[in-house]
Amino acid sequence: MTQPKNIHTISILVANKPGVLVRCALVFARRGFNIDSLVVSPSVNPKYSRMTITAQGDLQTLDQIIKQTNKLVDVIHCGEHTGVDSIDRELSLFKIKYSPSQKASLSSLIRKNKARVLNESQGTVILEKSGTTAELNSFEEGLKKFGIIEMVRSGKLVMAKGREAT
Amino acid sequence: MKTLQPSKKMTGAEALIRCLENHGVEYIWGLSGGAAIPIFDALVGSKIKLILVRHEQGATHMADGYARATGKPGVVLVTSGPGATNTVTGIMTAHMDSVPMIVLTGQTISPMLGKDAFQESDIFGISLPIVKHSYLVKNTNDIPRIVKEAFHITNTGRPGPVLIDLPKDITSAAFTGDTLDPKMDIPGYKIPGKPRKADILKMAKMFKNSKRPLLLVGHGAVIARAGEAIKKLAYKLQSPVTNTLLGKGEFSETDPLSLGMLGMHGTAYANLALTRCDLICSIGSRWDDRINGNPAKFCIGAKKLHIDIDPAEIGKIVNPDAYCIGDARLIVEELVKYVEPLENKEWLKELEGYKKKYPLKFSHEKGLTAQYVLHELQNVTQGKAIIATDVGQHQMWSAQFNLAIKGERWISSGGAGTMGFGFPAAIGAQFGRPNDLVIAVVGDGGFQMTLYELATVFVNKLPVKVLIIDNKYLGMVRQWQELFFDNRLSGVDLEGSPNFVKLAESYQIKGVHIDKVEHVRERLEEAIHFPGPVVIWAEVLKENNVFPMVPAGKSADEMIIEPPTTKLEKPTGST
Repeated sequence: MTQPKNIHTISILVANKPGVLVRCALVFARRGFNIDSLVVSPSVNPKYSRMTITAQGDLQTLDQIIKQTNKLVDVIHCGEHTGVDSIDRELSLFKIKYSPSQKASLSSLIRKNKARVLNESQGTVILEKSGTTAELNSFEEGLKKFGIIEMVRSGKLVMAKGREAT
Repeated sequence: MKTLQPSKKMTGAEALIRCLENHGVEYIWGLSGGAAIPIFDALVGSKIKLILVRHEQGATHMADGYARATGKPGVVLVTSGPGATNTVTGIMTAHMDSVPMIVLTGQTISPMLGKDAFQESDIFGISLPIVKHSYLVKNTNDIPRIVKEAFHITNTGRPGPVLIDLPKDITSAAFTGDTLDPKMDIPGYKIPGKPRKADILKMAKMFKNSKRPLLLVGHGAVIARAGEAIKKLAYKLQSPVTNTLLGKGEFSETDPLSLGMLGMHGTAYANLALTRCDLICSIGSRWDDRINGNPAKFCIGAKKLHIDIDPAEIGKIVNPDAYCIGDARLIVEELVKYVEPLENKEWLKELEGYKKKYPLKFSHEKGLTAQYVLHELQNVTQGKAIIATDVGQHQMWSAQFNLAIKGERWISSGGAGTMGFGFPAAIGAQFGRPNDLVIAVVGDGGFQMTLYELATVFVNKLPVKVLIIDNKYLGMVRQWQELFFDNRLSGVDLEGSPNFVKLAESYQIKGVHIDKVEHVRERLEEAIHFPGPVVIWAEVLKENNVFPMVPAGKSADEMIIEPPTTKLEKPTGST
């Protein structure tokens, strides 16, 4: 992993109750953790949702944040995941502009990174790329020489390996 | 008798009140307003007694005082908008001190939510950081479940306030549910279960190796009513006991093993014990900054044991060498079984020496002092009264001189430090304990923040006694300005305060004035034994400071025992 050590991936299983997102966000904000990405999505059980948060801060504060989040009535479970015990992925979309002379090298970059072309119009192309955060970062680096017009990333999704619940 | 079946043609508000009755609610402290009218309407004819206050903050502190004195949640009912926002200080106070409280707020009709309707405020959002949990009710039929969950949440585990925001259309609509006692739906709510035996054994083993142990009793011990168990533990170990401001009395402060309160204005001997102990075991305290001063220098070298019902408290301030999560009473009852008597004679002798060398003291040389008034109050009440204090110098002096012999007899705003708390909290305690002597010890500053509740005292014929320690200053801040800011007084002079005896009389309440040393005992006796409410106005020396003092951010070994003669550096710690 190339990411700095003070970036953490926290997974929270919450009951689908009004205000639960704000309650969780307040625990992070109060303790000075910057949220880099946040994904809320349905879980297998329709009563619950899954939040995946990546945030920056020191380890001791993180421990407090996890404990305080676990204390929230609408939180079923909150825990940190490292790359060792879990799989994480992100999805990104890039809108690239390129000149005709660059087409070959762009195609080669797309193939090499197993990205997909979703749309081509008016001299631009929208690419989809999923992978680890590091893979996405590296792809983004490669695209810079063509000219990235827009970029959007899903934020990190994480799932624990084996029988362990996320 | 509980009514579990809804009657035909019941409104949401009526279902709400029926549910509150089923939960054993005796009193609701409240103030009405447009959005809450359906709920007030449903209270007509209810067996719950509605206590109309003069300001919503008063209602929250009364509910708080009631809860602390009885262990039962206090219930508050207010309207939307300003009615709701006026409860914020009281909710925060209860949250900081883990007090069970249910706050019901009226709200504008649901279709108008978020449209800046008259008296609309997003109290659900405003109160998020200061509640244990909260609800915005969207469906009339949810009311019984939400009330049931609220009562469960507020007073289990680590207690705390729960807010229920009730839009007027929801309380006005017909309740069509089929039960008033539905299943709860809070799968994420976790209450610590039985304490782990391995944790208890680990703690017991650490005691075995200790020569200078110290038990630290906090509010968690009071909430768990752990006093009896702590007494057994202390006696079996022969360990000295100190307590936090909110832990006062759960282990009697008159016990020979008690060192009284520790911390910023604790006794010198309790703080010296901190610097000398080789083991400290917190029973329901959260090592807050008023105790530890500076966590990095706190009890260096001593084993730290932590008993707490809230897992988030473990390691928050102090990293313990051993800990156990759960109810303080259950844990201490188990722990007693596994500890063995220690050879502590040297340690107890050392502490006895500190007690003799550095007693709490005061003098009459310059005139009447607050300490003397409170010392005589102790002589008159002998720890048998419930004392509710406000916040400031008088609070610290009262903590020092009014030794508590039972935990629920000491009520004070510790975490929040809310001025204006003491008097309404005493009113709430008196409602909960009608046969007990309840005394509010307040300063001239704090009392004026909530004195309007004198009307509530008069109307409800409550025999509450209010002892105003009047030094004409916001004294604690003045003390800091004197000690740390070259005596540059700024915003502390309370000129213009009323004659408090005349003020009381205008509410048809008896007033007693004390301004001379020789009057103190006799007038206190007169006031305390009077069968109705009394306001005792004690005018004391203006410039008097609370000592000992551990400046904020310093550790116990930097305690100032006597008034300093040299200039002190500005404190680095929190307030």
